[in-house]
Amino acid sequence: MSEISTPIIHHKTVQKIHLTVLQIVLTLFLITFLLPALWMVSSSLKVSTEVFAHPIVWIPERPQWNNYARIFEILPFGRFMWNTVVITGLAVLGTVISSVLVGYSFARLNWPGKNFFFGLMISTMFLPEIVTLIPRFMIFRELKWIDTFYPLIVPHWFAVNAVYIFLVNQFLRGLPIELEEAALIDGANRFQILTQIILPLSKPVIASITVFALLQHYNAFIEPLIFLRSMDNWTMALGIRALNDTNVQNWELVFAAGTMMVAPVLLLFIFAQRYFVQGIALTGFGGR
Amino acid sequence: MTNQPSFSLLRRNRLRDWTAGYLFAAPFIIGFFAFYAYPMGYSLWMSFQKWDLLSPPKFIGLANFTKLLQDPVSRLSLYNSFYYTVIAVPLQLVLAFALALALTQPLRFRDLYRGGFYMPILIPIVASAVVWQRVFHPEYGILNEVLGWFGIAPLKWLFEPSLAKPAFIIMSFWMIGRMMVIFIAGLGNIPVSLYEAASLDGAGAWQRLRHITIPMMTPLIFYNMVIAIINSFQTFIPAQIITQGGPENSTLFAVLNIYRQGFEYFNMGYAAALSWEFFIIILGFTIAQFYMSKRWVFYEE
Repeated sequence: MSEISTPIIHHKTVQKIHLTVLQIVLTLFLITFLLPALWMVSSSLKVSTEVFAHPIVWIPERPQWNNYARIFEILPFGRFMWNTVVITGLAVLGTVISSVLVGYSFARLNWPGKNFFFGLMISTMFLPEIVTLIPRFMIFRELKWIDTFYPLIVPHWFAVNAVYIFLVNQFLRGLPIELEEAALIDGANRFQILTQIILPLSKPVIASITVFALLQHYNAFIEPLIFLRSMDNWTMALGIRALNDTNVQNWELVFAAGTMMVAPVLLLFIFAQRYFVQGIALTGFGGR
Repeated sequence: MTNQPSFSLLRRNRLRDWTAGYLFAAPFIIGFFAFYAYPMGYSLWMSFQKWDLLSPPKFIGLANFTKLLQDPVSRLSLYNSFYYTVIAVPLQLVLAFALALALTQPLRFRDLYRGGFYMPILIPIVASAVVWQRVFHPEYGILNEVLGWFGIAPLKWLFEPSLAKPAFIIMSFWMIGRMMVIFIAGLGNIPVSLYEAASLDGAGAWQRLRHITIPMMTPLIFYNMVIAIINSFQTFIPAQIITQGGPENSTLFAVLNIYRQGFEYFNMGYAAALSWEFFIIILGFTIAQFYMSKRWVFYEE
C-alpha cells in the first residue's frame, strides 16, 4: 500500500534502517572478533590474581607496567630483539633487491627460456614448504650453517619467494614502455634504465613488497626454530615460545611479551595500510 | 626492415637483452637450483634411505613408503588435516564473503571496520598462538566466559580430543582478513550497470546476489578456495605451540607429524618420504580443483 503511494521515500527509509542495523551488528561482531587481542593487551597489565579472577576482570585496577620489565629479567629479550632486527633487515633487503631485478627481467626483457623459468617460478608458489625444509636443513648442516643467521638470510638474496617477483612483474607490466624505449635509443643500458627510470616509478610496489617481507621475516617461526639453536641467536618469536613453555602459570608475562611483539607490526600497519591493500589487490597475496 | 643500420641495431639490442635478461634473472635461476631443485632431488634420494644423522645413511628401497602406508599415526595425521581443511575452508569462505558484502555497503567508518577485521593477520603466529591457547582455557579463558553469557556450560576445548580440532577451526576464522580484502576488491569491480539493469527488471536483493554477484565472483571464490585449501592443509605451527599434537594425537596435523619425524625423532628418510606423499596429495587436490572449476567458475569471454 505505502509501496504504491510513496515508493521512493519508502525504499530509502527501508534502506536506511537496513544500514543502521548492519552497522550495529558489524560493530558487535568486530568487538567480539578483536576480543582476544584486546584481552591480551589488558591482561598484560594485570596482577596474577586479576588474570585468574571470576568473573573476568576486563580492565586492570592498577596497570602493572612492571610486567614488561620482568620479561627482560627472565629472558634476554633485548638480545632477541636485536637478532630479529638483523635477520629481518638483511632478509628484507635481499628480497627487495633480488625481486626487483628478477621481476624486471621477466616483465621487460626477452631471453630464451624465460617462459619456462616464469612457469617454474609460479609453480614454486604451490610447493608446500615442508618438502624443501627437510633437505634444506641437511644442506645447511653440511655447510655448517646451523645456529647461524645465514639460513634465514642468504636464500632471500636469491629471490626464493616467488610472490614478490610476481608482484614486481605485475606492477611493471602496467607501466608504459615508451620511456624505456626512448632511453634505449639514447644509448642507455638496461641497468641504467632500471635504476634511473624504473626504480623511481616503482616506489609503490617496492613499498608493498617491503611491508610484506618485513611481516614475513618478523613473524617467522618455524625456520628460526629449526636453524637457530643457542639462546644467544634466538629471535623474539623463539623467546616468546620459551617464555610460554617455562612460565605456564604467569599469563600476564606471556601476554606482555605477545603485546610487545605485536605493537611494532600494528604501527607499521597504521602507517603503511595502503601498501598492504595495494599489494593484496595486485596479487591476491597478503600476510599468510 | 629495409635499412641495414637499424636492423643490426635491433640484432645488437636483442643480444644485449638476452645477456641483461639472464643477468637480471640470475638470482632466481641460481636460487631455484640451490633452494628448490637441488633440495627436492636431495629429498627424493633421502626418502629411500634410513638416516638418523648419527650413523651414515643406509639404502632401504621402498621401506619408508610401505611404512607410511601402514603407520597408524601418519594416517591419523592426514585424517586430522583433512578434517580441519574440509570443515574450516567452507566456513572461512562464507564468513569472508559475508563480511566483504557487508563492508561494501555505504557504512560509516568503513575503512576502520575493514582494517579491524584484517588486523589479526598481522599478529605474529607465536603471539596469536599463546593468546588463543588461553582463550580456550576451560576455567579462565574468555571463550567459555562469553559462551556462559548465553547459558552454555564450560567446555574443555583443547583438553578434549573431540573438541580440539573444532577449537583450531574457530581459531582459523581469525585469519580471514586476506580473503575478505580480495573479495572486497572483486566486489568493487562488478559493473554497476549489471545491478541497474537487474533492478529495472524487478530483481530483489537476494536475486541480484544469486544471479549477478555470486556468478561474477566465482573466479575469486575459486582462487581463495585453492589458496585456503593449500594453507589449511599445511597448518601446524599453532598446534606445535599450543597442544604439541595432543590430546591423544587429535591435533597431530600432517605437517606436524612430518616435522616431528624429521626434527624430533630424526627419522630423516621417513620424514622425506612423508613430505613427498604430502606434496603429491596437495598437488592432486589442486589439479582436481582446477579440473572441476570448469563446471562452476564463470569467466567473462
